Amino acid sequence: MDFSLTNEYAMAQKLFRDFAQNEVAPLAEEVDENHRFPTETVALMQKYGFLGIPFAKEYGGQGCDYLTYALAVEEISKVCATTGVILSAHTSLCAGAINNWGTEEQKQKFLRPLVDGSKLGAFGLTEPEAGTDAAGQQTKAVLDGDEWVITGNKIFITNAGEADTYVIFAMTDKSAGTRGITAFIIEKGTPGFEFGINEKKMGIRGSATRELIFRDCRIPKDQLLGQEGKGFGVAMSTLDDGRIGIAAQALGIAGGALDKVVAYVKERKQFGRPISAFQNTQFKLAEMKIELEAARYLVYLAASKYDKREKHSVEAAMAKLKASRVASYVTNLAVQLHGGYGYIQDYEVERMMRDAKITEIYEGTSEVMLMVVSAALLK
Amino acid sequence: MKIIVCIKQVPDTTEVRLDPKTGTLIREGVPSIMNPDDKSGLEAALRLKDEHGAHVSVISMGPPQAKEMLREALAMGADEAYLVTDRAFAASDTWATSSILAAAISKLDYDLIITGRQAIDGDTAQVGPEMAEHLGIPNVSYAEEIQLEEGSILVKRQFEDFSHMVRAKFPALITALGELNTPRYMTPGAIFDAWRNKEITEWNRADVPVEDSNIGYRGSPTRVAKSFPKTMKSPGMKIEEGVEESVEFILDKLKEKYLL
Ligand SMILES: Cc1cc2nc3c(=O)[nH]c(=O)nc-3n(C[C@H](O)[C@H](O)[C@H](O)COP(=O)(O)OP(=O)(O)OC[C@H]3O[C@@H](n4cnc5c(N)ncnc54)[C@H](O)[C@@H]3O)c2cc1C
Ligand SMILES: Cc1cc2nc3c(=O)[nH]c(=O)nc-3n(C[C@H](O)[C@H](O)[C@H](O)COP(=O)(O)OP(=O)(O)OC[C@H]3O[C@@H](n4cnc5c(N)ncnc54)[C@H](O)[C@@H]3O)c2cc1C
Repeated sequence: MDFSLTNEYAMAQKLFRDFAQNEVAPLAEEVDENHRFPTETVALMQKYGFLGIPFAKEYGGQGCDYLTYALAVEEISKVCATTGVILSAHTSLCAGAINNWGTEEQKQKFLRPLVDGSKLGAFGLTEPEAGTDAAGQQTKAVLDGDEWVITGNKIFITNAGEADTYVIFAMTDKSAGTRGITAFIIEKGTPGFEFGINEKKMGIRGSATRELIFRDCRIPKDQLLGQEGKGFGVAMSTLDDGRIGIAAQALGIAGGALDKVVAYVKERKQFGRPISAFQNTQFKLAEMKIELEAARYLVYLAASKYDKREKHSVEAAMAKLKASRVASYVTNLAVQLHGGYGYIQDYEVERMMRDAKITEIYEGTSEVMLMVVSAALLK
Repeated sequence: MKIIVCIKQVPDTTEVRLDPKTGTLIREGVPSIMNPDDKSGLEAALRLKDEHGAHVSVISMGPPQAKEMLREALAMGADEAYLVTDRAFAASDTWATSSILAAAISKLDYDLIITGRQAIDGDTAQVGPEMAEHLGIPNVSYAEEIQLEEGSILVKRQFEDFSHMVRAKFPALITALGELNTPRYMTPGAIFDAWRNKEITEWNRADVPVEDSNIGYRGSPTRVAKSFPKTMKSPGMKIEEGVEESVEFILDKLKEKYLL
């Protein structure tokens, strides 16, 4: 058992770190302040293959793996959690779903442009009445000749409006319950498919969070993803994978905040000495570091299980729960150690604390993570 | 077209510390990077490859650790990598370094050789031009722009406060300035390839057709009489904006350093 990153991972981590520092960090404050989607960063990530990290080269991907992808999300989220979630939703939820469930034709048609850097993806499961209870889908899909006709609304969809390709879920047979849910691939620009307004959020403000509106939206029959009636399984397994990305995002936010606060406490003087001289400060930093490292190994464990094609649903849930709590804990303490300055927007920990909270909510709330872990224990 | 780029692994600091006793560079504890001018040289080669098609090889003389930098070059898009390494080559000055590199390169096919203008540690800017002499090919130094022509290269050569346009017939050697371009990032997939699917060709003493009298400490005519550190002043920063922007900038800087 070796806990260190081997050569290729260490070099990839360095690449992501350099990219984050040079290209992502300079925009983070402005993107948050103006709730602006960082189109130029997405274009750069496309250019350098970041949008296809865990996918096979035969589809235009990078041929790396989930651990490498998690390292990318982590390093980028250290400086900008907005950019981190754009990458994560695209990779895990959209491209990942098509990679795992698509037919060969669908992979050629939809996966290739997503992973070779020409298109961006999104994933629409949540509805006003179907949040944690995702089985309560109201969106309907009815077969009419060679076309599915989709009607309904999805809310809170990351990358909505910016993305080109959407994996969405709808009821094809209401009477069958979760066995009546089916997954589809829909492209932006399809008549009858529109977007609602961009939500104003507490954090990750540069990311797009919009409604998907389907009004008699007709798509070809072959855009059904997986099998009819198997959509709930597609959604659940895709979210298992996605949680690794969100856990990596949380890890990044915590790591970024720790970097900032370590620098700050050495500079800030009170009572004639740097506040790092107080034992309270030192112990708080130590606690933060220990929590961060504990979370890191859960995240990397879940990613390596994925890479070994082993079951990773419980590991991903543990990783997301732990890392998201650590992100909230560390950013909260980072603000505390900054004193009043930490509450002012000019200091990045203010943004980081706002960004951290969402990791405890999306892709399954912390309560859902506890359900997944406890269900496995008691089964 | 075949291009060879000479890349050197250097300590990641422009503030080189010297061992007061031996007068040589202290390299321990300093992370290593690809020499910045060389990275620009590599980028120039990769752009020629992207635009016109080319086979790009990188070559370095140095200890086995230099392999990491060679893999980085592969991950940026180089096709092949060579490491020239042997204890017998240690302590080479620029004459010996250029003799060894030129001899190694003479085993390969090339139209164009690109070196950096200078290495940030040794800083002599001699190795490139010396290699051209050893190989008997034209050399254009200080390239700030290049343009490929039929069988030759047109180089805008920086010269004090004006530039020369120099055309050199292949095979030729140019030395690259950092200003030539901004080097690209590696891609994740190419990093994996560089470590998992590519080999670095290693050449030792016996593989390099160079005279004993031209290698290592004995083959190095340079003797460093004395080395001493210069006291360095922080370079400062010039702000040429309006009053308001300047004040804003200064305030930001002070906040950045937590002085406000
Ligand atoms: C910024 C943002 C981006 C998002 N991006 C996407 C996206 O790209 N795609 C997508 O499909 N969705 C997305 N979502 C939706 C997100 O996944 C849901 O908000 C989340 O799953 C929770 O659902 P809900 O908001 O309906 O909360 P609810 O389900 O109403 O939950 C409210 C509270 O009740 C708790 N709760 C609910 N049921 C139980 C139970 N049985 N036992 C115990 N506690 C329970 C929850 O844990 C929570 O604390 C996003 C949301 C946000 C805010
Ligand atoms: C202060 C000082 C002390 C020194 N001490 C000694 C000493 O004690 N003994 C001694 O023998 N020499 C000594 N040297 C010389 C030292 O060995 C040189 O660094 C080396 O020969 C290369 O020259 P350079 O770094 O100046 O490269 P430059 O001539 O500045 O490099 C130009 C270009 O040539 C190419 N290049 C240079 N070196 C390599 C390489 N190894 N592999 C691939 N490409 C390369 C690169 O493209 C580079 O950009 C010293 C130099 C200095 C300045």
